[in-house]
Amino acid sequence: MNNSMKKIVLLGFLSPLLLVASCGSDNDTPVVVEPPVVVTPTPVNYTYQVNITNLTYAQPMSPIAVVLHNEGKLWQLGTMASTELENLAESGDNTMVLGQSMVLSGQSGADVLMPGASETISITLTDTEPMMMSLATMLINTNDAFTGFNAMDITNLVVGESISLRTSSYDAGTEKNSETLATIPGPVGGGEGFNVTRDDVDFVSMHPGVVSVDDGLSTSGLTQSHRFANPTLSISVTRME
Amino acid sequence: MGTHLVNRENLMKIQKIITALVLAGTSVASQAQQLNITVTNLTQGIYYTPILISAHNADMSLFKSGEAASPELQMMAEGGDISGLSGVLTTASADIVENPAAGLLAPAMSTTTDLTTTDGNMYLSIVSMMLPTNDGFIGLNKWKIPTETGTYTMTLSAYDAGTEANDEIINGGGAPGLAGIPFAPGADGGTGGTGVTMNESNSAIHIHRGSLGDDDLSAGKSDLDNTVHRWLNPVARVTVVVN
Repeated sequence: MNNSMKKIVLLGFLSPLLLVASCGSDNDTPVVVEPPVVVTPTPVNYTYQVNITNLTYAQPMSPIAVVLHNEGKLWQLGTMASTELENLAESGDNTMVLGQSMVLSGQSGADVLMPGASETISITLTDTEPMMMSLATMLINTNDAFTGFNAMDITNLVVGESISLRTSSYDAGTEKNSETLATIPGPVGGGEGFNVTRDDVDFVSMHPGVVSVDDGLSTSGLTQSHRFANPTLSISVTRME
Repeated sequence: MGTHLVNRENLMKIQKIITALVLAGTSVASQAQQLNITVTNLTQGIYYTPILISAHNADMSLFKSGEAASPELQMMAEGGDISGLSGVLTTASADIVENPAAGLLAPAMSTTTDLTTTDGNMYLSIVSMMLPTNDGFIGLNKWKIPTETGTYTMTLSAYDAGTEANDEIINGGGAPGLAGIPFAPGADGGTGGTGVTMNESNSAIHIHRGSLGDDDLSAGKSDLDNTVHRWLNPVARVTVVVN
């Protein structure tokens, strides 16, 4: 191998493109053009496992909505509920909440989460590190009670780390707490879910609790068993990857 | 020396850091602090009377669970009058913010205020009466203000001053010792209630058992509406930003 050949090979080792350019006038030299290296970035997954336990006596939770997002909130105290949240809080249907434009990744629980039962929901976002997680579910033996957490900061959660919390219950403020069977979608009532009419205070607050027929609301279809106190959910969020 | 986790150089660094922390801690604790305080009413149907926010010394205490209310706390809890407590705090050289919401703090609303503390006033207390109740109040008692800057959030439960029977009759009774509830700010109270109870057998400050209410606004035992005037704890959120 002569000197110039050595030089070309060396240059070629350093840069295949340079090799092609150098060999343009030297036809005797066998040219090995390596195929361009296509760099396929490995997708980066941000996966979280959310374990939820229903702490109530007789309030099944509607299929739980878990969302990852970088902006927005599911609700704001003292402000009117969004139509998406109203839907979830009055009927237990989480489709609209999961379909909101702010949602980068949304996951639904498998089914209604019964009192005393636990469920683990896994949620993943690929290539974007999520900043916030929110969770919402309806207490289905009520008019418009829901529980969950809102825009929780998860940016500092490293792989293997967990956040544990207990949630209180909120009132969407979109449906008066009449507690009549006709207005309660849960198993006790089998009544109406979402209704576009807003006949209550029309702002989100903490829930005042269920009164029930046993405690002085004669028109209530709920009994003492449907009353609840806070907290209503026990949750742990673990970052898996 | 690879087995030594802390070599001499690192040890010196650590000592420097510790010294800096100690200096920072002592200097902040003995100097004025700039606080930004937000109180949020979490309830759906309860109003908070003028709020009293104070930073005070270790000897001062506005109330204590399990002990009888002071006459000044009773004034606040039964009628929303914070002048008594404010006077006691002023005597104790406390830093005070009175009535940051400029009146009633409505359901689900927030009020924010700044509070600059002076030397030795290292404890934060907040009180406000809950309307309509007989002697229910929200209270944060003697919370040690952190010296580390940051945002601190806590939730408050509803207390009962133990000074008045929870008859749940709305009759304008706000003066200490006078039975009844001053008024229902949401104009959603009833009349004609015969009284839920005439006794207050626990005269110590305790966690409020909640209002009963009823579903008849012109009769029944209570003048409160059981679908409007009940609550579950927590009833308030306090966010303190230590600057």
